[in-house]
Amino acid sequence: MKTVIKLNVNNVEHELFVPLHKTLLEVIREDLGLTGTKHGCELGECGACTVLVDGVPLLSCITMPVDVQGKKILTIEGMGSMSKPHPLQTSFTELGAAQCGYCTPGMLLTSKALLDKKAAPSRDEIKAALSGNICRCTGYLKIFDAVELAARRMHDHDCCGAGGSACHGGEVPA
Amino acid sequence: MKENFQVIGKSHPRVEGMSKATGTAQYTADISFPNMLFCKLLRSPHAHARIISIDSRAVQAHPGVLDIMTGTELTKSFGVLPVSKDEHALAYDKVRYVGDPLAAVVAVDEATAEAALALFKVEYEILPSFMSVEEALQPTEDPIHTYTRRGNISKEVNLEFGDVESGFAQADHIREDLFYYGASTHMAMEEHATIATTDDQGYLTVYSSTQTPHYLHKAMADVLGKPAAHIRIIAPTLGGGFGGKSEPFSHELVVAYLACKTGRTIKYVATREEVFYIHRGRHAVLMRLKTGVRKDGTITAMQYTNFVDGGGHASFGVATLFYTGIMATTTYKIPHYKFDGVRMFTNKPPAGPKRGHGTPQPRFALELQLDKIAEELGMSPIDLRMVNIVSPNSITANHLRITSCAIAECIRRVDSASGFSEKRSSLPPGKGIGFAMSSYLCGAGLPLYHNPLDHSQVMVRIDRSGGVTVYTGSTDIGQGSRSIHALLVAEILGLQQEDIFTISADTALTPVDLGSYSSRVTFMSGNAAIKAARELRGFIAEAVAKKLETPLKDIIFHNGQVMDRNNPGKTVTFPEACTLAEDHAGPLVTVGGYKPPELAGPFKGSGVGISPAYSYSAAVIQVDCDAETGLVTVEKVWIAHDIGRVLSLENALGQIHGSVYMGLGEALMEEQVTRGILLKAPSVLDYKTPTSLDMPPVESIFVEEPDAAGPFGAKEMGQGPILSVMPALVNAIHNALGVRIDELPATPEKILKALEDKAKGGSGRYGKTTEPSFQFSKPRKVARPWDSPYGEQEPYVKWQPEQSEVA
Repeated sequence: MKTVIKLNVNNVEHELFVPLHKTLLEVIREDLGLTGTKHGCELGECGACTVLVDGVPLLSCITMPVDVQGKKILTIEGMGSMSKPHPLQTSFTELGAAQCGYCTPGMLLTSKALLDKKAAPSRDEIKAALSGNICRCTGYLKIFDAVELAARRMHDHDCCGAGGSACHGGEVPA
Repeated sequence: MKENFQVIGKSHPRVEGMSKATGTAQYTADISFPNMLFCKLLRSPHAHARIISIDSRAVQAHPGVLDIMTGTELTKSFGVLPVSKDEHALAYDKVRYVGDPLAAVVAVDEATAEAALALFKVEYEILPSFMSVEEALQPTEDPIHTYTRRGNISKEVNLEFGDVESGFAQADHIREDLFYYGASTHMAMEEHATIATTDDQGYLTVYSSTQTPHYLHKAMADVLGKPAAHIRIIAPTLGGGFGGKSEPFSHELVVAYLACKTGRTIKYVATREEVFYIHRGRHAVLMRLKTGVRKDGTITAMQYTNFVDGGGHASFGVATLFYTGIMATTTYKIPHYKFDGVRMFTNKPPAGPKRGHGTPQPRFALELQLDKIAEELGMSPIDLRMVNIVSPNSITANHLRITSCAIAECIRRVDSASGFSEKRSSLPPGKGIGFAMSSYLCGAGLPLYHNPLDHSQVMVRIDRSGGVTVYTGSTDIGQGSRSIHALLVAEILGLQQEDIFTISADTALTPVDLGSYSSRVTFMSGNAAIKAARELRGFIAEAVAKKLETPLKDIIFHNGQVMDRNNPGKTVTFPEACTLAEDHAGPLVTVGGYKPPELAGPFKGSGVGISPAYSYSAAVIQVDCDAETGLVTVEKVWIAHDIGRVLSLENALGQIHGSVYMGLGEALMEEQVTRGILLKAPSVLDYKTPTSLDMPPVESIFVEEPDAAGPFGAKEMGQGPILSVMPALVNAIHNALGVRIDELPATPEKILKALEDKAKGGSGRYGKTTEPSFQFSKPRKVARPWDSPYGEQEPYVKWQPEQSEVA
């Protein structure tokens, strides 16, 4: 059975006609063509499919699209771009926090949710926030470093030079 | 050797880093084509059964199904090693493990294909299954494979170098232990995926998550009966491998065959559960190790025996078995050494190569036993090692040639950084510190199939804008090989890493490279890249020297300029220099090749373990153990690695961190085991891996003593650093609690049982106490390099190191 759903993804409104059982991950990847969101387990266990829904990390592989209608969904494509990256995307790249890169979109979005809530988290808070995102390459250490580096830069507004509330942390303005 | 590097040794972001951070990197599963079809595989629910019949009528009649396939359509066998081609695109006679694929369906979408799978009616004759080495060793009428003609034996190796009995006779102290190393799997985050498509001439293009496009190319041509020139293998961005994607797979051949047959583009993506059943991970190994030492700790002889649980296919298993028995000598001088090993087929997902390939298991046994021997001799574990370590430029009893070797420095550095020697007797109860060391190869010395050609070739091309492109057949599996190629070429041409574009792993565009396995890429492909870049540099330098009327020897490449080192006024930009060079020498394209020296010893089996160089590692781990719960908290890891030369700082650190992480996972929790005939933990949740909360801080120490044959002196980095981690951790548990856990993973349950045993007055050991009864064959006696007829010089006699062409 198919149904019409309305999703706001990266500040773009989409009206889609999709099978009811299709997961948010499948809709994002297959219907919207946003393949930056990865599948790693399809069971909500690895964190690779993490997206932000109203700023909160959610596992898109076990989320039904009907449940997130009317909410703001952010995928990795909406977090920043090659030409205007989010400070986290820059710090992950600089420090080698992405090796194979498959867990990276989920790691980045979870990290962003953390920094949006807490500008200068401790290492323990970073570890706790990322404990649902599995990485097999990095041993997590460069990821922790990258989150801390981005936090410092965002605090100092090294990322955009805008300073104060004009700094969007690289996010696409609404 | 040139020491003033422009880009080498510094921090460099990956060339593809930002594409991964912005989600634009395209992994195989991310690629789509118009009108693409989806393939799903029917996998066996039985561990061992004959296929009597497959009725696919209902499948074919299912709406949305385009085609089906069973094993009889493609019966040519394949396997990554020519000696053990025991796989088929789809099983047609027997299934050999739960998850063994036997039929395929192609449908308009994945859900339809999945639904149609349920409609296959398969009649099986269920056969007795062999779920352990012990069971597999029982006499049987129905072995899993028949080609080895020895029941369920996949391979047996028996080698003796020198005479162990005379060696043991010289010992003051002999120790013998049983150790068991449990199986684990790679669990790369990206699930295996393949897309195959044909064009109007029948040219087949296969996109696949493979570490070895060249071997897949060969297998594809062979099994499909199609000229290799009509097949193109592309490995898109890979989401990790760790050895799990380094051989041709059933799904790759099936999808390619069906694409040719239907003329349609077909995609297959494994589910996470399927990936666990595809496996090819760490072999479970039961080991007996006997070592004789003199009072001063000098090793007089070593005898190593093991039973290897291979699973349902050979995979790399013949090589794995050799690897379990040959690498002890690359770290320690062992004058007499004997190895007996047997790999058994069992009805489980096939084991294969995982980071460290066959060497972590014996290394675990060896480093634990040396810890015990040191205790018995009243020596420090480090002093015992120092007495026995190999020397640079020496040869081992089993004919392995050691060149550069900085293990002594690794040990000193890691000891002083960690305070090991002082802490091992001063930590409070419950806390402990452990040490271990290891070595690994910088690339296998022989290709997987016999041929006399280069192991790596790299092409470098400069276009008319001065743009440099490097073409390498190696796959960037996430280890950063695209960046390393760019970096090496940039260094030679006086450019920056980001100026250079690397095209990798595309058999139609890139010259042959054997693949991303055995820690061979930086060493072998890196050397080939350097060779190609140097040749180009020569053309450019000649043209510029002529133009500037300057002696050739004074031309330098620096910061995007080509100039006279003595006259800064005489300078051309790199693009201008390239125009001059093309005018002078023709098109600017060069291909460099690398082939390791011939190192195989004078005996059968000597092709495994040889390598143009060995890396060395030493690790110290500090733990806090809870005697109530058996829980181990890793407080810190110090690791020193003999890397030769750091090429790219963040990449090198990443390999160390990742190795430590994966080693801790294997040491403490990761376990690929069966319950009945099924995997106990075929999911990310049930298969426990360390999370961000489990990862301790790591202090990484690079010991840079350049290797004469390495690219700018560099050695491998991707696998070596894992090997010391597992034994150092278990030695630390002993230091903390006084118990010996002779079996991995060292779970809380095992630690508690050992503590219980100790409380009852036992030895406080947890581990196997029995081994299967098996009569090993008589060993092949091999004269050591210092025995007659090879000359009777001093043992471990020094070799003259060869000088690299790229020094």
